[in-house]
Amino acid sequence: MSVDTAKNPDHAPVPAAGPELVRLENVTKRFGDHTVLDGLDFRVDAGKHVTLIGPSGSGKTTILRLLMTLTTPDEGAITVAGERLFPAPAKQVREIRKKIGMVFQHFNLFPNMTVLRNVTEAPVTVLGLSRDEAAERARELLELVGLADKCDARPGQLSGGQQQRVAIARALAMRPQVLLLDEVTSALDPELVAGVLDVLRDIARSTDITMLCVTHEMGFARDISDQVLMFDAGRVVESGPPEKIFGDPEQERTREFLSAVL
Amino acid sequence: MTWDWGAVRAFMPHFWDGLLVTLQALALGSVISFALGLVWALLMRAPTRWVRWPVGAVTEFVRNTPLLVQLFFLFYVLPEWGLTFSALTTGVFAIGLHYSTYTMQVYRAGIEAVPAGQWEAATALNLPRRRTWTAVILPQAIRRVVPALGNYVISMLKDTPMLMAITVLEMLGQARLYSQQHFQFTEPLTVIGVAFILVSSLASFLLRALERRLVR
Amino acid sequence: MTAGLWELVLRGLWTTLQLLFFSALLATAVSFAAGVARTHRLWIVRFLAGFYTEVFRGTSALVMIFWVFFVLPPAFGWQLVPMWAGTLALGLTYGAYGSEIVRGALNAVDPAQREGGIALSFTPWQRMRLILLPQAVPEMIPSFCNLLVELLKGTSLVSVMGMGDLAFSGNLVRLALQESAEIYTYLLIGYFLIAFALTRLMRGLEKRLKRGIGKDPLDEAGARAVKRAATSGVAARTATTTGARTARTAAGGVETVEGGAL
Repeated sequence: MSVDTAKNPDHAPVPAAGPELVRLENVTKRFGDHTVLDGLDFRVDAGKHVTLIGPSGSGKTTILRLLMTLTTPDEGAITVAGERLFPAPAKQVREIRKKIGMVFQHFNLFPNMTVLRNVTEAPVTVLGLSRDEAAERARELLELVGLADKCDARPGQLSGGQQQRVAIARALAMRPQVLLLDEVTSALDPELVAGVLDVLRDIARSTDITMLCVTHEMGFARDISDQVLMFDAGRVVESGPPEKIFGDPEQERTREFLSAVL
Repeated sequence: MTWDWGAVRAFMPHFWDGLLVTLQALALGSVISFALGLVWALLMRAPTRWVRWPVGAVTEFVRNTPLLVQLFFLFYVLPEWGLTFSALTTGVFAIGLHYSTYTMQVYRAGIEAVPAGQWEAATALNLPRRRTWTAVILPQAIRRVVPALGNYVISMLKDTPMLMAITVLEMLGQARLYSQQHFQFTEPLTVIGVAFILVSSLASFLLRALERRLVR
Repeated sequence: MTAGLWELVLRGLWTTLQLLFFSALLATAVSFAAGVARTHRLWIVRFLAGFYTEVFRGTSALVMIFWVFFVLPPAFGWQLVPMWAGTLALGLTYGAYGSEIVRGALNAVDPAQREGGIALSFTPWQRMRLILLPQAVPEMIPSFCNLLVELLKGTSLVSVMGMGDLAFSGNLVRLALQESAEIYTYLLIGYFLIAFALTRLMRGLEKRLKRGIGKDPLDEAGARAVKRAATSGVAARTATTTGARTARTAAGGVETVEGGAL
C-alpha cells in the first residue's frame, strides 16, 4: 500500500518539484556569545529531500528547530510556502506551522496517551477531523510503519525503534508539506536503526513530501537525498547532489568530516 | 470602608509587645524542634525496632493531628497532672514538639543523602560509631538540611498565632484584645496581617541568601 | 461522657468534615488556577498569580480567618455565614500552597513534551490540557496528600471563632466535665483517623492515576528499589546501579517516560 501524504486533496496541491517551499534569508542565531548560525541563506524546493550533515554543534539541528518555531532567530527571515514564518504575528505562525511536521531524536511521544491517541489527537483538535476519520488515517499510517497491532499500547511499552516509528506516523498524520527529521536514529539501539530507516526510505520513495533531514547515517543520506549540505561552524561549506558530496567533495573540510565518520 | 490611622497609632505599642512575644516563641520553638527532631531522627536509626516502632508511631500521630488541639491538651491536661507552666512555656513546647516531627524527616533525608562511600570510608578508617556520626555524617547532613529547616521556621512563624488560644498575648492575641476593648477590628488585624507577610517574606529572602552561601 | 455530649462531638465532627470538603474543593480550584497562571507566557498573568501566592503564603491561616470574620463584613458589607467564611479563608490560604505544587509539577514535565506539542500545532491551552496536565497531575498527588492533612489540621482553627467544629465541641465537653485528658485524647485520635483515611484514599488515587499515564507498576517498583537502595547505606552500592538499570529499561530507556523523575 502507499499513503500519499502530500497529494492529499484537503491541502492545496504541492507541485512535484521546482517552486521553492522553504527559504531562510540571512538567518543568524546566537546562544550567548556563541554564534550557531551566521547569516545563513538557504532554500529547499518542494518535493526535494535535503540532508544536512556536519560535525555536532555546527547548527544543523538549530535550522530544524527554527523552522518548527521551537526557537526564533536573532536576525533574518524565514518563509515557508510563500508565507512569512519569521518575523510574523503569532496567528500566522500557528497557521503556517500546520504545514510542517517534525520527528525528534527522542521521539517525544505523549506517555499519557495510547499509540492511537498519539497519532489521532492533533488531527482531531488542530485540524478538526472527526475521531473516526482521524482513527482511520492513523491506522493506515501505523500499518505503513508496521505497527498496526500496537494501537492500544502505551509508548512506554514499546521499544525505542517502535516509538520512533509511531512518532513518524504521528507527524505524517498532520499531512505536512515539510517533514523535519532531527537525528531520528541517534537515540536508538543499533539493531533498531534499520527498521526506522526502512520506513523513512519507503516514505521518501512513495510520497512527494519535502524532507529536511539531519542525520549521521551517511548511507541513508546517500540513498534518499536530492541534495546534501555540509555544515561547519554555522555556515554551509559545500552543497550538491549526494554522488558529488560523498564521491568527490571539493572542500577539504568535507573530506575530513567524511573520512572521520565513514 | 473606613480606615482610622489614629487606631493604628494607638495599637502600635501593643503590636510591638506582641511581635516580641511572637519572636520569642518562634526562637524557642525552633530550638526545641531542631533538637528534638534530631533525637527522633537518630532514634529512628536505632538497631532495634522496639525503639523505632514507638518513636515512629508517636511522631506520626503528632504530625497528623492539629497543633491547636495539642496546645489545648498540654494547656489543660498538664496542670491536672500537677505540672504547671506559664502559657508561653506550654505553647513554645507544643510548637517545638509538633515541628520536631517535621524536622526529623528533614534530618532523615539529610542523613540518607550522605553518600554511602562516606560510611565505607569511616569503616575503613575504623572510626568508632559515635565518631562516625559526629565527625563525618552529621556535619555533612547539616549542610543539606539547613534550607529545609529554614522553611519550617517560616511555617512555625505562621502557626504562632495559635498560642492566642491558650491566652498568650502574641501579635494576634494583642490585636484581638485591642479590638475587643475598642471595637475597632479592621486596623489592628490588618496591621498584624501585613506584619506577618513582611516578616515571612524577609525570612524567606534571608533564607534564600543563606542557601546560596551554603551551596557555594 | 453522656449521650448528649457524644452527640455534640459527633455534630462537631460533621462540621469539620463539611468544612474540610468545601475548603479542599476551593483550595484545589485555586491551586490549579494560580498554578497554571504562573506558567503563563504573559508576564502580567504570572505576576498577579505570583503576587497572590506570596501574600497568602506569607500570612498565617489563623490571622486570615480573623480577617475574613471581622474585617470583611464592615469593609464590604457582606456578612458570611461561618461555614463560608471558614471555607474562604482556608481555601485561599491552602490554595496558595497548592499552586506551588501545581507549578512545580508542571515545570517538572520534560520540556520535550512541550516541543512535541508545538510540532503538532497544538495551541498553548491544548498543550496544557492534553499533554502537560495529564502528566503532571499524578506527580502532584503525594504533595497534595500532605497538603490535605495540613488542611484538615487547619480546619480546627475555626473553633477559635466559635464555630462548632470537632475541636470546639471538645472544648465544650471539657467545660461540662472538667476533665481534659480524656476528651482531648479522643479528639486527637479522631483527627488522626481522618488523616489516616485521607492518606489511604490519596495513595489509591495516585496508583490509579499513575497507571493512567502508562507508568506500569514495574517502573514504579524499579524506581522504589533504586530509592531504597540509595538510602539504605553501605551494602547497597551495587544494588543501586542494577536497580537503576532495571528502572530505566523498564521505562523504555526514554526521557519522555521518566522525565523529571530521574
